[in-house]
Amino acid sequence: MTLADILAAVVFVALNAYAVLGGADFGGGVWALLAGGLRKERQRDLIAHAIGPVWEANHVWLILAIVLLFTGFPAAFARLGILLHIPLSLVLIGIVLRGSAFTFWRYGGEADAQQRRWGVTFAVASLITPVLLGITVGAVASGAVSGPRAPDTVFFAVYVAPWLTPFALSVGLFALVAFAFLAAVYLTLEAEDTELREDFRRRALSAGVALLGAALLVLALSGVGAPRVRAGLILAPWAVPLHLVTGVAAVAALVALWQRRYGAARVAAAALVSLILWGWGLSQYPYILPPDLTVTGAAAPAATLRLLVGALALGAVVLLPSLYYLFRVFKGRPTA
Amino acid sequence: MSDLLAARSQMGVSLAFHIIFAVVGIAMPVMMVVAERRWQVTGHAIYLDLAQRWAKGTAILFAVGAVSGTVLSFELGLLWPEFMRFAGPIIGMPFSLEGFAFFTEAIFLGIYLYGWDRISPGAHLAAGGIVALSGAASGVFVVVANAWMNAPAGFELVNGQAVNVDPLAAMANPAALPQAIHMTLAAYAATGFAVAGIHALLLLKDPANAFHRRALAIALIVGAPAAVLQPISGDLSARHLARHQPVKLAAAEALFQTRAGAPLTLGGWPDMDRRETRFAIDIPSGLSLLAFHDPGAVVKGLDAAPRDEWPNVPAVHLAFQLMVALGTYLALVALWAGWRAWRGADLAHDRWLLRAIALATPLGFIAVETGWMVTELGRQPWVIYGVLKTADAVTPMPGLIVPFLTFTLLYCFLGVIVAWLLYRQILRSPEIPEWRGFYMPVDSRGSRKGEGA
Repeated sequence: MTLADILAAVVFVALNAYAVLGGADFGGGVWALLAGGLRKERQRDLIAHAIGPVWEANHVWLILAIVLLFTGFPAAFARLGILLHIPLSLVLIGIVLRGSAFTFWRYGGEADAQQRRWGVTFAVASLITPVLLGITVGAVASGAVSGPRAPDTVFFAVYVAPWLTPFALSVGLFALVAFAFLAAVYLTLEAEDTELREDFRRRALSAGVALLGAALLVLALSGVGAPRVRAGLILAPWAVPLHLVTGVAAVAALVALWQRRYGAARVAAAALVSLILWGWGLSQYPYILPPDLTVTGAAAPAATLRLLVGALALGAVVLLPSLYYLFRVFKGRPTA
Repeated sequence: MSDLLAARSQMGVSLAFHIIFAVVGIAMPVMMVVAERRWQVTGHAIYLDLAQRWAKGTAILFAVGAVSGTVLSFELGLLWPEFMRFAGPIIGMPFSLEGFAFFTEAIFLGIYLYGWDRISPGAHLAAGGIVALSGAASGVFVVVANAWMNAPAGFELVNGQAVNVDPLAAMANPAALPQAIHMTLAAYAATGFAVAGIHALLLLKDPANAFHRRALAIALIVGAPAAVLQPISGDLSARHLARHQPVKLAAAEALFQTRAGAPLTLGGWPDMDRRETRFAIDIPSGLSLLAFHDPGAVVKGLDAAPRDEWPNVPAVHLAFQLMVALGTYLALVALWAGWRAWRGADLAHDRWLLRAIALATPLGFIAVETGWMVTELGRQPWVIYGVLKTADAVTPMPGLIVPFLTFTLLYCFLGVIVAWLLYRQILRSPEIPEWRGFYMPVDSRGSRKGEGA
């Protein structure tokens, strides 16, 4: 393990945390959009109540990943900024609208028609942003964010083609379903009465099945779309154990939901999404942007990496207890 | 519009938008904590109402600041990939530290906003204190990174490549301290006077209103000392510029010729063809005195740099003059208010003072914006002063006018909404009738009479 490897792993941990925490906040927005039945307003209130205290802290995982990426792997950041300009700009618009609209919705005062429109804006932005995030991940995994091109290449080929592919779109769909699944599972623990809990249990179970479908679609398209990742996921020595553990997490999440063991379901669901992410990361290692930019090749000078890893250690001393406190205050076991 | 200009405009709009929220996010938590502390000590429910209103305002502004800050961190790569490729390893460090400070701020703001009934009063107040501290720290870290662009340090340039990179030396660049002090004071002065100004305006209509009287007092406690200290910090910045960024100072002062005993130029319009500043008032040797504390000192003029390395002189000069004038106004009003308070006067009945404070409402923010225009426009055509030109840092992607217009529209829209929400949520006078007079409750601490008002 070089310093660059350690730092790449930390960036990936931050992305992982963003996916299982911030992702669920997006998923909450999806369920706010799909709220229905007798308990429509109560579902939305529960979602807002669950997201409110934590979404900003959860969002910072993305910022942390970005600043670590541009400090530690500037070459990768520069290339992502150029070739994925369009989807990343759209992600940003989604992030801005989601965050502002949520706050306007919850802090706007009177519950009138205008406030409800902010609720809708929040929900729609929560639906679109994960798809775009997934598309950028899909573009990276497919190896389309690759080296220098001839200056006369047409706009579409350089700035659109890398991410507008069936494979990248399928990863976008997968991200959306995964976030919705996580949110539904977490919301079963947030709900304080049985009816609401059952609402989200049913949603979690259907999202879990949909997630399986989305995963199969990604897998089917990866043969053409992302051969390197596919090869890694099949041939690497760690592939079989990883698939086994991932499969166990998937089954455990669904079984726990079925048996109404929500605490266990939360752990299994978060583990499932994390394992899938790490499968992607490991399968494209040692490349940070396949097919040509490696972790080592993109890394900053050693002096920067050493300091950065040191700062991370120090930062963690402040951050982890604070996070623990935040989640203990707001996400402690409900009294039911 | 060229792609370079579009990229610069998008970055400028994003920064100009974000900075308002960043500045408020630094100073607002201080006021909120002071109000909460006053409530805990005195038991007056009016302070609790103030703390909760300011907390609501902070929640709205912080959220918009957080997402617009995210946009900026991405835009560094989306618009300036070559800058980041070069600068990331050298100056990414303060951004990473800012990441942690911002994380702390977000965590404890969540605890503060939603934890009123979940944690002890002491823990709640402490959470607010941590929000205020980490907010100030985030601001300092980001300004340190910007300072490096003005006074690059911590690397050697060999064939266009940075070698011997030393991120700590980069953070300790000579512009870091003057800029960090100037910006932090600006945050407190601008926000303090904006809040004080709004309540001063309301007091002009209703001088007995207990709610606005206390809000005015706390806002002035935060804003006035910073406004008084700001000219001293400005002097530090000017002396730094004279030594390390002479072209920026020359543009700010519209000094075309290098000379001893340089005058201080007030107002005027720089005539670029004749290379002189017309219609200005010159104070003899004033600039030499300010920049080097020596009336005979030589101050470098624009002629010290080749013509193609000059910034937009009229814009920088105008922005600088405006910033100095507004800063001076705030400092004078702060001194006036301080003197009146020290003499034991009731500020809420000093109608001329109230008018002066009300007038200051937007002025601190305008000073912040113009100050950043001096810093950023004054560095052009360089993105890293003397090292990398802005034109060489921009993304090769064409059609940048589209994202520029998209983000500009988005920010205009959000700005209107935020202003309207703040008006609707925060500024309306409380509904409790007795607070409209000289309300002074007699019940003791722990009274939550005003809650939910």
